[in-house]
Amino acid sequence: MKFAGIEGARLAGGGGPLRLAVPRGALFAGTLDVLDAAGIDTSGPRGDSRALIFETPELTLVTMRPSDVPTYVEAGSADVRITGKDVLMEQRDRAVYELLDLGFGACRMVLAGRRGDESLGESERRLGTMRIATKYPRTAERYFEATGRQAEVIEVKGSVELAPLVGLADGIVDLVDTGQTLADNDLEVREEIAGSTARLVGNRIAHKLRAEEMDALSERLREATS
Amino acid sequence: MTQPIPPGTRDVLPDEMRELRRLQGALAEVFVSRGYGEVATPTIEYHEVLARGDERGAPAAYRFFDERGELLAMRSDMTIPIARLVSSRFADAEQPLRFFYLGNAYRAVRPQRGQMREFMQVGVELVGAEAPHGTAEVIEVLVAALDAAGLSRAVVGLGDADLYRQLLAEIGVEGDAKTLILSRLAAHDLVGLEAEIGALDEIGGVEREILLQLPNMRGGAEILERARGLGGTAVERATSRLQATYDALGARGVADRIQLDLGLLRDLGYYTGAILEVYDPALGHVLGGGGRYDELMGRFGAPLPAAGFGLYLQRMHIAQAEEERLGRLTADRPQEENG
Repeated sequence: MKFAGIEGARLAGGGGPLRLAVPRGALFAGTLDVLDAAGIDTSGPRGDSRALIFETPELTLVTMRPSDVPTYVEAGSADVRITGKDVLMEQRDRAVYELLDLGFGACRMVLAGRRGDESLGESERRLGTMRIATKYPRTAERYFEATGRQAEVIEVKGSVELAPLVGLADGIVDLVDTGQTLADNDLEVREEIAGSTARLVGNRIAHKLRAEEMDALSERLREATS
Repeated sequence: MTQPIPPGTRDVLPDEMRELRRLQGALAEVFVSRGYGEVATPTIEYHEVLARGDERGAPAAYRFFDERGELLAMRSDMTIPIARLVSSRFADAEQPLRFFYLGNAYRAVRPQRGQMREFMQVGVELVGAEAPHGTAEVIEVLVAALDAAGLSRAVVGLGDADLYRQLLAEIGVEGDAKTLILSRLAAHDLVGLEAEIGALDEIGGVEREILLQLPNMRGGAEILERARGLGGTAVERATSRLQATYDALGARGVADRIQLDLGLLRDLGYYTGAILEVYDPALGHVLGGGGRYDELMGRFGAPLPAAGFGLYLQRMHIAQAEEERLGRLTADRPQEENG
């Protein structure tokens, strides 16, 4: 392993079925449903096994934490993956192919603040900047830059809703599904930044060297989701 | 006590250096045997001169002032310095000119991606030879270099830098929409591309299909036939250019190492016509790339057709190690390993 850590991670082989990275997170169930609809056996990852890799005749399913998925795919350790557009937006400098919008897992990236509280506008007017807590710092920075506003973006890892409640931030940029978590914490959506759905994403080399298999998989999933 | 070095730089120790030198030697032998002479240029140049080569401002990440206040830059590739060298020193020489190089170049890194700030590039430049034969010669040398490195499974992607741009112009897509579509394509965002194309209301269904299908067309000679079937003069022009190059490669016996790819787009601003990328199944990243840059020399005052390629030496080494692990390395291994 003396090459570990040098630029350019490795693809182990290129033989066998395509390796699909499946995120063990909010999109897990939806991903397995789409694979079922496409006729791919998902009993492995649906079971109780703690294994991380499941072989099927068509695909090798590799399960992993959602935020690790882009890393594995960019490096070619997985050929294709299913991931949220939110992850792609946050890591959009990755050299990967975004192949297909799978439609499920729809969410919105929003700017939210405390209900009835004007500290977002107030900070901007009086202090020239807003303090924004988020798990998506690059998406947030790009959004404020694109809309010509200044913001101090604070990256947090856990429940971002906490930040405006305890005065760490004036507002948050976060991914919202039903909006229930926001409502429970007395927060409300102020601006819609972007929509997000699950996407099929391919490694750049696999997209070239395994073109037929990639196109076939893409077509199969397109039919399964349309 | 451990003293740090900047992220994206590295020390090379004897075991690795021995293998790198062997790889360099094998590549140099290929280039020399085909009449290419080695050149070296300074690591630092005047920023203004490098920027002339790439109108988007030469992605030189490291710039600084010298003791006289001149703005200098560390080179971010080898092609621009060699274009500068040729125009300054070989403007009246007999053509074509054949050069190869082996040197470090410097680029900005994104944090925690294992990217290198300093990396070694090896490649050739063929100046004064037109398409398609100049392009075919360069690709033949490239394939010979890959073989000499034992990477006989490596594939050369061949596309056309002007195709999509000209196609958009021909269809009448201009301004912001054009910029947006090209940026989606450059980012390999086919979903975004489909959305942007879908949002164009002034174009017909046939044009829409062409724009959607081309970026996914990659394969053997049959894709040129399929692309022609879509129609349009931009497609016709690009496919006949590619066909001519492909035929010239066939005559040189290397067409089977080529993947024609109508979705290829390189991120450097000086390419015109043919563009190349190099893939090896053992590595998830490109090994290198290149193409034609028929306008670059003109920016330095010596308008000459030119083509070339550059390979990332360390990535080739990693690919060698992986192919070796898989038992697929084809080059002769050194004595001590052959027993």
